[in-house]
Order: sequence, then C-alpha cells, then structure tokens
Amino acid sequence: MSFAHRHLLGIEQLSPADITAILDLAETYVDLNRQSAKHSDVLSGLTQINMFFENSTRTQASFELAGKRLGADVMNMSMQASSIKKGETLIDTAMTLNAMHPDLLVVRHPHSGAVDLLAQKVNCAVLNAGDGRHEHPTQALLDALTIRRAKGRLHRLNIAICGDIAHSRVARSNLILLGKMENRIRLIGPPTLVPSQFAEFGAEVYDDMREGLKDVDVVMMLRLQKERMDGGFIPSEREYYHRYGLDREKLGLAKADAIIMHPGPMNRGVEIDGTLADDINRSVIQEQVEMGVAVRMAAMELLARNLRGAA
Amino acid sequence: MNNILFTNARLIDPEAGTDERGALLVEGGRIVAQGHEIGVPEHVEVVDCGGKCLAPGIVDIGVKVGEPGERHKESYKSAGQAAAAGGVTTIVTRPDTNPAIDTPEALEFVTRRAQADTPVNVLPMAALTKGRQGREMTEIGFLLDAGAVAFTDCDHVVANTKVFSRALTYARSLGALVIAHPQEPGLSEGAAATSGKFAALYGLPAVSPMAERMGLDRDIALLEMTGAKYHADQITTARALPALERAKRNGLDITAGTSIHHLTLNELDVSGYRTFFKVKPPLRSEDDRQAVIEAVRTGLIDTISSMHTPQDEESKRLPFEEAASGAVALETLLPAALRLYHAGQLDLPTLFRAMALNPARRLGLEAGRLSAGAPADLVLFDPDVPFVLDRFTLRSKSQNTPFDGQRMQGRVLATYVAGQAVYRRD
Repeated sequence: MSFAHRHLLGIEQLSPADITAILDLAETYVDLNRQSAKHSDVLSGLTQINMFFENSTRTQASFELAGKRLGADVMNMSMQASSIKKGETLIDTAMTLNAMHPDLLVVRHPHSGAVDLLAQKVNCAVLNAGDGRHEHPTQALLDALTIRRAKGRLHRLNIAICGDIAHSRVARSNLILLGKMENRIRLIGPPTLVPSQFAEFGAEVYDDMREGLKDVDVVMMLRLQKERMDGGFIPSEREYYHRYGLDREKLGLAKADAIIMHPGPMNRGVEIDGTLADDINRSVIQEQVEMGVAVRMAAMELLARNLRGAA
Repeated sequence: MNNILFTNARLIDPEAGTDERGALLVEGGRIVAQGHEIGVPEHVEVVDCGGKCLAPGIVDIGVKVGEPGERHKESYKSAGQAAAAGGVTTIVTRPDTNPAIDTPEALEFVTRRAQADTPVNVLPMAALTKGRQGREMTEIGFLLDAGAVAFTDCDHVVANTKVFSRALTYARSLGALVIAHPQEPGLSEGAAATSGKFAALYGLPAVSPMAERMGLDRDIALLEMTGAKYHADQITTARALPALERAKRNGLDITAGTSIHHLTLNELDVSGYRTFFKVKPPLRSEDDRQAVIEAVRTGLIDTISSMHTPQDEESKRLPFEEAASGAVALETLLPAALRLYHAGQLDLPTLFRAMALNPARRLGLEAGRLSAGAPADLVLFDPDVPFVLDRFTLRSKSQNTPFDGQRMQGRVLATYVAGQAVYRRD
C-alpha cells in the first residue's frame, strides 16, 4: 500500500484510493485501541509537535493520544500564549521549530491556507488539524470511517450536512471527501450560513430542513458558533433550534436507520436535542471520537513510512 | 535640447487610432512633426527604430511610492527607475502614504523628493479627507496651488455621504478631479477574495461583486447632486458597467479606470493561497475580466493603471487573509497589456488610448499623444520579444509581482521624457 503524500493538508489532494488506504489501516487501530495493551512502536524515535494557534481540547488530545500510542515523543505547544504575542510571524515560528528536527507537525490555525504556507517552509511531515474555514481532513476521515462502519459502505449514500456550512472547515472537508466517494450530499441551513455557491460543488442546497432530511442515510450536524447567534446570521438561538435543530420529529423524515453525527462540542438544545444526541440506537457521536484516534494513528503511520523511506 | 528624428518606426497614435509606419521629429523636448517620411534636418540625432513600435509614454494614475513612511518598500528613485524601464513617462502618485499626503507641506515634501530623484514626470495626488479618515475635507484649494492633480482617499471609501457630498461640491467649485474607490465598505470589510466557487472552496472571507456596483451607484447619485468631476479608480466587474454607461450617457463628468491585474488575471490565479495575487479589490471571475476588457475596447472604461503597490516580503509572507494587498506593476504594465494585444482582444492604439491619451486628458495634460506640440514623452518597444519574468530583476525595491516566472511578450527598448532618453535597454 503506497501513500504518495508528504503531508496531510487536505482531502482535496487525496484520491479515493488514498482515502480507502487510510480508513483500512485505521480499522486495525480501532482493534488495537480496544485492547488493554494499546501500544505500538511504529513511530518510536520520531518527534511529534502539536502546534495549536487556536484553542482545541478534543482534537489536540486525540492527536496526542494517537502519537503516544504509536510510540512517538509528543510535545504540545499552545501558540496563542507564546511567540505570536511577541510579534513573531508564522513562518519564523515554523523555521524555529524546524530547526529542532521534528518529524511530524500537527497544526491548527485560525486562517485558511496558513497550514499550507507553513508546510512549504519545513522539512517534516505536516498534518492539518484545521485551518480557518478551509479544511479539517482528519475530521472528515474519522467521519468517513464512522459512516463506513455503521452503514457497511461509503458510497451511494444520501448524506445531509446541516448548519453553519459557510464557516465550517468540517463541512468543506466532508463535502469533498464524501463527493469523491460518490455519495449524494445535501447541505441544509439558513441561506446566511449556506451560500448558494455550494451548489456548484455538486451538492443540493436546502433551506427547509424537513424537505432536506427526507430519506437520508446520514444526518451530520454542525456546531453553531456562539458568535453567529446574535442576530448577525440568524435571528436567535430559539428560532434556529425551531427551524434547524435536530429533534425526533425532523429525524422522523430521514430513513428509519439514519445515523446522527456531530463533530463536537455540541450545543444541546441549539442544533441538536440532548436526548437524541445520547440515543445509542441513532447517535454515533461517541464512536466518532473513538474513530478520531484510530484515523489519526493511521494517517501518521502512513506519513511516517514515507519519512523513514526517505531517510 | 536634444533634437531627434525617429525613422522607420511603427507609430502607435492613440489620438488618430492608427498603427502605421512613419517618422517622428522631436525638437526642444516636443514633438514637431509626424509623417511617413521626414527629411533629415541638420543637428539632429537619427534613431532608426528598426520597425519597432513608438508610442506616447504611459501616464499611470495611482502609483504608490513609499515616501513618506515606507521608503524601504519603494523610494522615488526606485519607482522612477522602474517607471522608466516600463515605458511609464508620467507617474501620478497616491497619497496613501504614512502619514497621508493631506497638507500642502506634505505635498511639497514629495514634490521635492520626486524632483531630486526621478527621471520621469511625477504628478502628486492629495488626500480628499484629512488622514484619509473620511471625516473632514483637506485644504483642496491650497493643495491644488501646491500642484495636486487629483484628490483621492485611495482604497478608503468616504462612507459618510454628507462628508463626501460636501467634498465633491467644494472640489467642483475649484474644478478639482476627485478619484474614488467604488465599493460598499459594509460588504467588503474583511474580504480577501471575490465570492464564488473559488472563495468557497478555499474558505476565504469574500465580497460579492455587487459591492462595487453599489459603491458606484452611490457615487453616481452624489455626482448628480453635486456636478463634480469624478474618476472611478478601478472598475473590475461586469455588473458595474451598465451603471457607468448610463451615467456617461446622462452627461455626468465621470470617467473610470481599471487595473492591469484585473485585465489579465482572474480569481483562479490565487490557487494555493499565493499572496502576490492578493490585490484590492480582489481578482474577479473570468466573465468579469472579459467584460472589463470589452469595456476598455469600447472606451466605456477610459484608463488602465498599474495600481503599483509595493509590499515587502514580510507583508506578503503571511496567511492569505493577513497578507497585505497590492502588487508592483510599473515594469510589467506594458508586457502584461500586450497579452491582450497578442490575444487579439485590444489593438495597440486602443491600449495606448487607455494607458496614455485618456489619463493625460483626464488630468488636463498635453502628454499622451504623438501630434505636433505634445511633449516628447515616448516609449519605443518591441511587442513580440518573448521572455520569462524573474521578479528579482525588477528595479522596484519591492518585487511583489504576480507575474513572476510567467511567460511575457514585449519589452521596452527605450523611454524618452521631454526628448531625453531616461532608459535604454542594452
């Protein structure tokens, strides 16, 4: 199995075969992670630095755990607190870290394209942990693995992505990945958060959630950022919940076995009904978190193989 | 004074709209005769043009020089050399310096700096409002006396319509030209790209092309109110063109320009978040680009500018949203414009109408023409010679050009200002 990429910057650069390769390898790590002895040594001797220019607990913890389980030396750097405040540019920060010879750099940044820029300046493998509104490839991969395990396939499914599409890198990466794997995608949300340009990606755009959810296999909810709720994009939290919050009644329009997904963290009672999120018969939200660690282990192993091959 | 007879030239005369073989006689810094054959007078230097193009030097409205405040990005000396090498014989400089050129004293400073160091003509513009902040108008009368050729807040839109209408009214009483940036600032705030599939894919904050038309519509309404003399710095979208056409038909004193980048590049060129392609307004769709080219052809859009904006490496080596806008273009303006000629879209007289004749006319200059009496500001160029642009060969202090590594066709052979050679290609 070959994975001809130096970095994992986005889903855009991956072929369907690449995606399948990552998911297949991730399956083996799902099994490993369920055993009591979870350790492997495929990254032993390698150094992984997590550079988060934007707050994240879940993604950073997931990457950290993935690296540690594979035997890497993992260091977390919260970039908000450090050199940025002193006026250092992104590229200087990258060059400084590069001089410490890391092997894997996991980066999250609030601006689209920042991780691509950084990847051009360093010698190690870079994993994009989310850049602005652009991409969040490991999230899309973990979502894909979750869907494949729940539905038995990752093609010819009707998948609805609901909520704040415009500002969401999760939506963008998922849209690209699920499109590449030949699924039908519907984007559901108020037109202020789902601009019509997204129709050009081959997705169907709905502003009526009830209509959009009809006969879908997967309902993927997105988090609504607090700062969008104050009348700028939507009138109020309660009106949003009424029209776009996922509850039993709206879910009833989807297929009877439709699964519910959410990248977390959830706003219960804003985009999703709390009890629905906890319904183990429908919700795969906890499984998504589990798949996250496995997918990140797989992605890092594939990149590390190339690193060792090049050495 | 140098007297020169240019023989065997391909004369590009934008006034007559002709592109013909001929000769041109220059005496005392002015053109004295143009014709198919001119006998060689005594005491004259003969320049055999070898069939290459001789055109009026380019008059470039909207050039940013970093003095005062950012001389490390571009000085009058480096800008002048770049202009001479690019066939630009008159640069009309922008007041968006630090501090802004908003007092007669500041204007005198740049005039002095320009005279000391610049081989081409430099005509300064001044800010329309103090500090370009859109609150109080500048001393338009004093600034006119000090030599300001136009008044502009550059890319800052005077959002307060009362302030803008008063400034327009006052400017009209003095016959001053106001240059504005047609844009609805509420929509364009924070934007780094034009909304559309490309911006959506790249996750960039975007502005609808409609923001330009809204800004232009507002300004046109204020022109109807005030009767001022107005030039839109850059029209870059198809949707703004019908409004411009109507305003001209209704007899308003309005002209419009566009930038060379919007004529030759589109939003897809930004691919890979290349910050050298970040300009303001952002690059548009291919449909917009084609519509703007057509508007230059018909004359609806009057002028083409370089919108020369030097930025150092540090301001560009940043994530796209944070990177500074603007591109240098004094030296690439002509080769880039020749792309439109080689593509068969605009002929050479039309290009020089937009790059020389119309801007000169709008500013009340005698330049921009090849007829007797006009100043001998000339560019001699070979429109066909191919080359690959290496940005580090540019004479500007900043080398932020989007054309780096691209194939271009057409090079300046010599540039003359008032009959004196200010640039010769070795």
